[in-house]
Amino acid sequence: MLELKDVHTYYGNIHALKGISITVKDGEIVTLIGSNGAGKSTTLRTIQGLNRPRSGTVTLDGVSLEKMEAHKIAEFGVAQSPEGRMIFPRMTVMENLEMGAYVRKDLTSYKDDLEHVFSLFPRLKERINQKGGTLSGGEQQMLAMGRAMMAKPKILLLDEPSMGLAPLLVELIFDIIKKLNEEGTTILLVEQNALMALSIAHRGYVLQTGEIVLADDAKKLMKNEDVQKTYLGVE
Amino acid sequence: MEITKKQFKFNWRRLLFSALVLYVVFLIGPIAGLDVPAIVANIQSNPSQLIQFLIIGISNGAIIAIIALGYTMVYGIIELINFAHGDVYMIGVFTSLTTLSLTGTLTSQDPVRIVLGLIFALVVSVVVCAVLNASIERLAYRRLRNAPRLAPLISAIGMSFIIENIGLIWAGQSWLVPLFGTTGGASQKSFPDMLGILVKLSGFNGGDVNLFASTPLFTQWRLTLNVKDLLVIVLAVSLMIGLYLFVQRTKLGKAMRATAQNRDAAKMLGIDIDWVITATFLIGGGLAGAAGLMAGLYNNTAWWFMGFRAGLQSFTAAVLGGIGNIQGAMLGGFLIGLLASFSDGYLNARWTNAWVFTVLVLILLFRPTGLLGENTTQKA
Repeated sequence: MLELKDVHTYYGNIHALKGISITVKDGEIVTLIGSNGAGKSTTLRTIQGLNRPRSGTVTLDGVSLEKMEAHKIAEFGVAQSPEGRMIFPRMTVMENLEMGAYVRKDLTSYKDDLEHVFSLFPRLKERINQKGGTLSGGEQQMLAMGRAMMAKPKILLLDEPSMGLAPLLVELIFDIIKKLNEEGTTILLVEQNALMALSIAHRGYVLQTGEIVLADDAKKLMKNEDVQKTYLGVE
Repeated sequence: MEITKKQFKFNWRRLLFSALVLYVVFLIGPIAGLDVPAIVANIQSNPSQLIQFLIIGISNGAIIAIIALGYTMVYGIIELINFAHGDVYMIGVFTSLTTLSLTGTLTSQDPVRIVLGLIFALVVSVVVCAVLNASIERLAYRRLRNAPRLAPLISAIGMSFIIENIGLIWAGQSWLVPLFGTTGGASQKSFPDMLGILVKLSGFNGGDVNLFASTPLFTQWRLTLNVKDLLVIVLAVSLMIGLYLFVQRTKLGKAMRATAQNRDAAKMLGIDIDWVITATFLIGGGLAGAAGLMAGLYNNTAWWFMGFRAGLQSFTAAVLGGIGNIQGAMLGGFLIGLLASFSDGYLNARWTNAWVFTVLVLILLFRPTGLLGENTTQKA
C-alpha cells in the first residue's frame, strides 16, 4: 500500500503540493486528475524521490520513502512511465527495456517478462533493434510503459500515458493499463483525460493547484457535477 | 520557406567570418611555415618523410585519442569540460617516471625486469590517475552539479592550476624524478626511451629498434617503424576496443549511456547516478594514466606544463569528433595527431597549437556537433 500523508513539496519558493494525502491499496488503479499545473507530475516525482517533500510522509508497505535516495526507491519497487516519456533516444528498444530491469536482482523470469511486454506491445517487438529516438510518439509511450513494467514494481506510476496520442491509440493504452491491473499490478495513474482515467480506475482524486479537492470512487466522481463541468466537459 | 531563408542569412555571417579566418591564415601563414612551394619541394625531394610523419601522427594521435576519451565521456555524462583532465595526464607521465625510477627499472640491465617494471608502472599510473580524477570530481564538481554551468567550469580551471603546480613541485624533487643534468622543477625532464633500451638489451630484432630495418622497402625508403610506434598503437587501440565493448555490453556501461541520455529517467530506473559519475571519472582518469606512460615512452619528455598542450589537442579532438561521442573522440584523436605531426614536420612546430586552435574555431563555426555528432531526437 502506498500512502502519502500531508505532503508539501516546493520548487524553490513555489509551493507546488500543499498538503496532499493519497492512498493506493494493493491491486487498485487510482487516478489523479486535474488540469495543467495542478501538481500531478510533482506528486509522482515526490513519490519517486526526484523532488523531496519539505514535510509530510510517503510510505510504501510501511517503509518511509521521503528520505530514501531515488535509486533506492526504484529498487524498493516504484517504477514510473514519466511525463514526456523520457526514453533513452540513442539506445535501442531492447536496451531501453533492459534498463527497465536494472534494479532486479532476480532475473530468472526476465525472458518471460520480456515476452509479456512484447505480447502487450507487439509494435515494440517489430522495432526491437531500432533506436528509441526514431520511434513515433505512440511507440515511445509503449516503450516507456514497457520499460517500467520490466522492473516488476510493487507500484506502477503512469504519468499522462495518453498525452499526444491518437484516439485509437489512447484506447489501446488504456485497455493495456486495465489488463495490467487485472494481472495484479497496483497502478497510480495521472491523467488529463479524466473520462478515460475514471472509466478504468477504482478510485480517484481531483487535484487543484496543489490541493486535493475531491476524493471518491471513480464511478461517483464521474457523476459529480463539478467534475463533469470542469474535467469532463459536460454542460 | 521561412526557415531556409533564416539559414541562408546565417550562412552569410559564417562566410564573412571564414573569409576573415582565411585572411588571417594567409597573413600569418608564411610566418607559421605555411610556405606551399617549399612544402611541395620538400615532399618531392623526400617523399618517404611523408610516410614517416604519418606514422608519428598516428602514434601521437592514438595517445591524443585516449586522452580525448576522458573529455568526451565526462562531457557526455555531466556536460562539463573537465579542464583538469590534461593535467591528470601529466600526473600520469610523472607517476610512470617516478615508478620506473623508484623500482630501479630505469637503470636495470635485465630485460625481464624492465618488462615487469613497465607493466607495474602502467598499473600504478592508471590507478593513481583514476583515483585522482575521481577525487577531483568529488571535491570540486559534485557539490556544483546543480549550480549554473559557469561555476563548475571555473572550478575545473582552478583544479587544472592546482594540479599543474603539484606537477611543478613533483618535477623538482630529485629523489622522485631523475634529473639527467636538468635543474629545478620548471625545466623539461627526460623520460628515458625504455623500449629502445629493452630492444637493445633483449637482442630482439637484432637489437634494432626499427622493426623492419632489414627489409628492402624500409631501407630503400629510409623508413622507420619503431617498437615504440607499434606498442603505442597496439596498446591504444586495444584500450579503445575495450572501452567500446565495456560501454556497449556491460551493465555499468549501459547505465553510463542511460545517465548521459536522461539523468532523471536513469534515476527512476534505479541507477545510482553518483556511482555512475564516479565510475566515469575513474575510467577517464585511468585512460589518461595509460596515455601518460605511453606518451612518456614515446616522446621521451616529462614536463609539468605538458598537460596543457595535450589537453588542448585532446579537447579539440573530442570536439572535432563530436563531444560526448566515444567513437568521435577516437576519430578526432587520430585526425588531430596527423595535423599536429604534419604541422611539426612541414610547417613550424611552434605554430602547431595555433593550427589546432584554428581547427577548433572552424568546427565550432561550421559543425558544432562535430564529425560524428550525436543526433538528439528526444522529443517526438
